Amino acid sequence: MITRFTIAERQASLVLLLLMTLAGLAMAAAGAGDAMGVHGFIVLFASLGLIFVVGGALYDPAPTEDRSRAYYDDPIKVGIVLAMIWAVIAMGVGDWVAWMLAFPDLRFDGAWSGFGRMRPVHTTGIIFGFGGNALIATSFHVMQRTCRARLAGQIAPWFVILGYNLFVVMAVTGYMMGVTQSKEYAEAEWYADIWLVIVWVVYFVLYLRTLARRNEPHIYVANWYYMAFILVVAVLHIVNNLAVPASFTAAKSYSLFSGVQDAMTQWWYGHNAVAFFLTSGFLGMLYYYLPKRANRPIYSYRLSILSFWGITFFYIWVGSHHLHYTALPHWVQTLGMTFSVMLLVPSWASAGNALMTLNGAWHKVRDDATLRFMFVAAVFYGLSTFEGSFLAIRPVNSLSHYTDWTVAHVHAGAMGWVALITFGAIYAAVPMIWRRETMYSWKMVEWHFWLALAGTLIYVFAMWNSGIVQGLMWRTYTEGGTLRYSFLDTMIAMHPYYIARGIGGLLFLAGAVIGFINIWMTIRAVGSDSKVLDVPTESEAGEPAVPVAE
Amino acid sequence: MSVKERDPLTGHQTTGHEWNGITELNTPVPTAIWWFILVSHVYAVIAWILLPAWPGINDYTKGILGVDQRAQVERQVTDLRQSRAEWRGRIAALPVAEIRADPDLAGMVAEAGPALFGDNCAACHGISGRGGPGYPSLVDDAWLWGGDPEAVMETLRVGINSDHPDTRYAEMLAFDGLLSRDEIRIVADYVQSLSGLDTAAAPDRLAEGEEMFLDNCSSCHGEDATGNIDLGAPNLTDDHWIYGGDDKAIFTTILNGRQGWMPAWEDRLDTADRKLLTAYLEQLKEAAQ
Repeated sequence: MITRFTIAERQASLVLLLLMTLAGLAMAAAGAGDAMGVHGFIVLFASLGLIFVVGGALYDPAPTEDRSRAYYDDPIKVGIVLAMIWAVIAMGVGDWVAWMLAFPDLRFDGAWSGFGRMRPVHTTGIIFGFGGNALIATSFHVMQRTCRARLAGQIAPWFVILGYNLFVVMAVTGYMMGVTQSKEYAEAEWYADIWLVIVWVVYFVLYLRTLARRNEPHIYVANWYYMAFILVVAVLHIVNNLAVPASFTAAKSYSLFSGVQDAMTQWWYGHNAVAFFLTSGFLGMLYYYLPKRANRPIYSYRLSILSFWGITFFYIWVGSHHLHYTALPHWVQTLGMTFSVMLLVPSWASAGNALMTLNGAWHKVRDDATLRFMFVAAVFYGLSTFEGSFLAIRPVNSLSHYTDWTVAHVHAGAMGWVALITFGAIYAAVPMIWRRETMYSWKMVEWHFWLALAGTLIYVFAMWNSGIVQGLMWRTYTEGGTLRYSFLDTMIAMHPYYIARGIGGLLFLAGAVIGFINIWMTIRAVGSDSKVLDVPTESEAGEPAVPVAE
Repeated sequence: MSVKERDPLTGHQTTGHEWNGITELNTPVPTAIWWFILVSHVYAVIAWILLPAWPGINDYTKGILGVDQRAQVERQVTDLRQSRAEWRGRIAALPVAEIRADPDLAGMVAEAGPALFGDNCAACHGISGRGGPGYPSLVDDAWLWGGDPEAVMETLRVGINSDHPDTRYAEMLAFDGLLSRDEIRIVADYVQSLSGLDTAAAPDRLAEGEEMFLDNCSSCHGEDATGNIDLGAPNLTDDHWIYGGDDKAIFTTILNGRQGWMPAWEDRLDTADRKLLTAYLEQLKEAAQ
């Protein structure tokens, strides 16, 4: 991979890595005795390792071909493998904490292994590790193919992929050491947050520069969504993480916001992380891999426009529905509720557009598990957006809030929509990128599909039941006007559902492990005819050629 | 490039754009979508008219229903208080024996007791009040501070070793240093023998233990070792053990001492709640027997 760098690029990478090594050393020295010191060593060893990789190839021959005529797929390969590694780790942790809720002794008395620390390891590992890597990798793939242009930059894509993973590693290791900002889905502390801002700005600039050098007159819908994802996540991340470090040598900061403003900022962030990270980005994925795999035109361009702007405009208003019946002023809650209901139509328009695109390709949905992953994902997208708007209505929320119904809703979206579309996209992308005719085993894709679907259904139905039982028990009064059930009673009632949830999660995890093995075997397999697939190439490096205009 | 084609399946034209083989149809937005948009927006506008919704510079639109969540909550809390006031007033006023005798009130205790006990007591004493290691059973006859309703009410009010000014206070000394470990083992054997447990200790060893017991322990536990409820000193002649009655547990108790802790409930539960719990405890006791 380094051989695709010019000598000057290798030198520039070395300088960059040396700077990072120094930063790591400074963090390790200044933060000694604190989690920051441990993170310093992680930065130090990560950049030292890369210095050996780059330095070892420093004097290898420089590339002789015109690189701009070929696509740049190496960073995508690494991104996909990293996404699958995070999937297995974070789903594993998720299922572990699911069992821990049913059998608390499973924490094995470690301070690092308590539910409060392992739960954010699961959420960050899944959302940012699995989801984020998959988004970055597929966005590199989709933007090159639909712009008919090579990624703008040789170092930047690596910086984005590796730097982003460094952020995720700092985040999850920090949680295990007790580091947290106490903001859900934004637990990582200030220096990790600043690092993510740097990485994300490079990502945004890379995206814009690639779009600017596109050879297509129009920008494809998928790129609108990826673009919205990158831009809005940057805004959300920066604003919600505004904080004053308690010390520059330790991992502790104080948020710039307090009280109900803090809560509102957090859920403006939190819900739009769902909107622009877990929805927009993955819709970008859907809009490329689904029509590509089904070999059908998108059902309606007009519907694409309507749903894109509807989703982008309405989502940003609805965060306050996380704070119904709290200290948040009533009028903010009304706005959050009504905008959530209006949001339903553009959301369903997206799901409908995807499903109608499959008209004429239903036999493929039946036969091809990869396309079926994407089809079921679109169905779950429709279901969970309906559920989301429904739960945002205040009286409904008064039953569902703080119960496992919320957990069911999140996982219908996270497992049914986000993970399934990602697996579909990865199964579609892996043969293209590694230039194989098919995946190593289609049977393993089938197994993965059915395990994932069964796991999702068991999980979601268990949590629906648990949540509704819990919500109803909480609000049951005796004739004398006292509460009928104690908290303990509700815990006992939820126990069987928690076991069912653990089983559902285990099936889902087993599917992901099978997927990982299948992808690994596909990578290791020798392509039958490595020149013809995806985009034909004459490139010595095996990089697919950018097709020239007809 | 920009060549519009007709999709044979749907009959719709493409937009004429193509990206890596992907094309788009120019299908009009289905009418149903416009209807759904209309319905959801009408719903939103109606909600804005009825409810507090849009902010201005200094204020916000109040909505024609005049709803306010704070006022709603206050009204609900007041209503609920009122609905409970009558029977709770009687529970607060009457002695526990009369509450138990009154079928209506006894019914209320049976109905409201489990949740109150479950949320406040069960975490330590267990959902059926049987206790566990370190936490006394509330349904047997062994009481540290007395088991009649007045004593239980007082323990609930002030707690044990709590931060309440009137707290009940008790401490079992740590004898580490006061007695040698061998001596502690001898006393432990004697204490075990008091409850009729088979200690397998020789009679002269027990006699030695008795002597040490009288010198060191009897001031609190009494010469006959039946305890003292004024001091919160447990009866050692029965078979009820908070921290365990085996060799090791008794040895540890004497070596390191004990000081159990129970919170004071005066600030958290009012008189009616505490009395209700006391009456519920009697019901739990009956259920356990």
